[in-house]
Amino acid sequence: MSSTNLAPRHESVPLIAGRDIVKSFGETPALRGVSVSIGPGEIVAIMAPSGSGKSTLLHCLAGIFPPDSGQVWFDGRQIDSLDETQRTKLRRTTFGFVFQFGQLVPELTAADNIALPLLLDRTNHREAYRRATSWLQRLGLGALGGHRTGELSGGEAQRVALARALVTRPAVLFADEPTGSLDSLMGEQVMEFLVDLTRQEGTTVVVVTHDARVAAYADRAVMVRDGRTTTPAPAQAVRQ
Amino acid sequence: MTLLGLVEREPSHGYELKRDYDSYIGLGRSLPFGQVYATLSRLARDGKVVSGEAEPGAGPDRKRYTITDLGKQDVATWLSEAIEPEPHLQTVLFAKVVLSLMLDRSAKGYLEIQRAAHLQRMRELTELKRTGAPVDALLADYGLFHLEADLRWIDLTESRLQALKEMVQR
Repeated sequence: MSSTNLAPRHESVPLIAGRDIVKSFGETPALRGVSVSIGPGEIVAIMAPSGSGKSTLLHCLAGIFPPDSGQVWFDGRQIDSLDETQRTKLRRTTFGFVFQFGQLVPELTAADNIALPLLLDRTNHREAYRRATSWLQRLGLGALGGHRTGELSGGEAQRVALARALVTRPAVLFADEPTGSLDSLMGEQVMEFLVDLTRQEGTTVVVVTHDARVAAYADRAVMVRDGRTTTPAPAQAVRQ
Repeated sequence: MTLLGLVEREPSHGYELKRDYDSYIGLGRSLPFGQVYATLSRLARDGKVVSGEAEPGAGPDRKRYTITDLGKQDVATWLSEAIEPEPHLQTVLFAKVVLSLMLDRSAKGYLEIQRAAHLQRMRELTELKRTGAPVDALLADYGLFHLEADLRWIDLTESRLQALKEMVQR
């Protein structure tokens, strides 16, 4: 990691950080100066009601689009100033993504879907499918590798999506409402797998959610209200 | 009534009832021995349990308690009745918000502190659920759902603070 003194400060050295991020869509402000700092291996929930800018924050941190102003840092490197090609490469090689739905190719099998990012990255066919099969087993889906993802239940499909996001061993997993389309039991299973597997892999996780029960799986929560982060309350402020 | 139900499970000594209560129902809150024996005395007086002769040995009470038919009937009735849904919001949380607004203190600040405390407790309960026995998970879920309801109330209240302030400061 770079030791540049321009990097945002964090108690430990942050793996990913945003500083004073501002982002508007047309005349509508989504983020009005958000700062957040996430250490390596941390699982952090970004919590907010719908429409409060939390997905926009995730997109800025993940380099999906640059902020209007402010900075985004990853591993000591300022990434908001990278061009689209560089940001795409960073996303493909270093980040993993899980969204609420719509991310799997329904005509392909579960194994195909998981192997896909490896094949796109020119991993040889046999190795890509060996790793896909291994991930299917880790997610309790060993028997479903040959099923088309359009035939899977919502919970199974989301576990496949999780495997596909992690198969490239990303440094950061970005999850946007990963349980939003699932009932509570299925949602809990997905979060159990997400937490267990990312801890085993040492993956840093940024999970965006409006759901406090999902946020409770994280090490800490960052609250976003009206496009700004609110200051977390110190634990000693709590009285019985 | 919970103790009476535990006696129905099997005839038990007071210390066994306390152990079972603490293990399965107490959720980290230990039932005082004094309360166990006071309850058993009352249940015996009312004909819901009968106690055997004191058994030899050390300890404060060596009597084994057995449920009576009347006691079983009470347990059956209790288990088939809904408890009263809380009809009025009279929590400390509510009182703090109203008083903060009345005294022109920061109700919003308090709600943020409370939200953080709730989320911290939810993290602890989620960890308990992930690592504990099934009975721990069940109890943790009960707590999680209630804390989640509080959080929803906190969010809603935060969005209504101005209107509430105008009302209570009249």
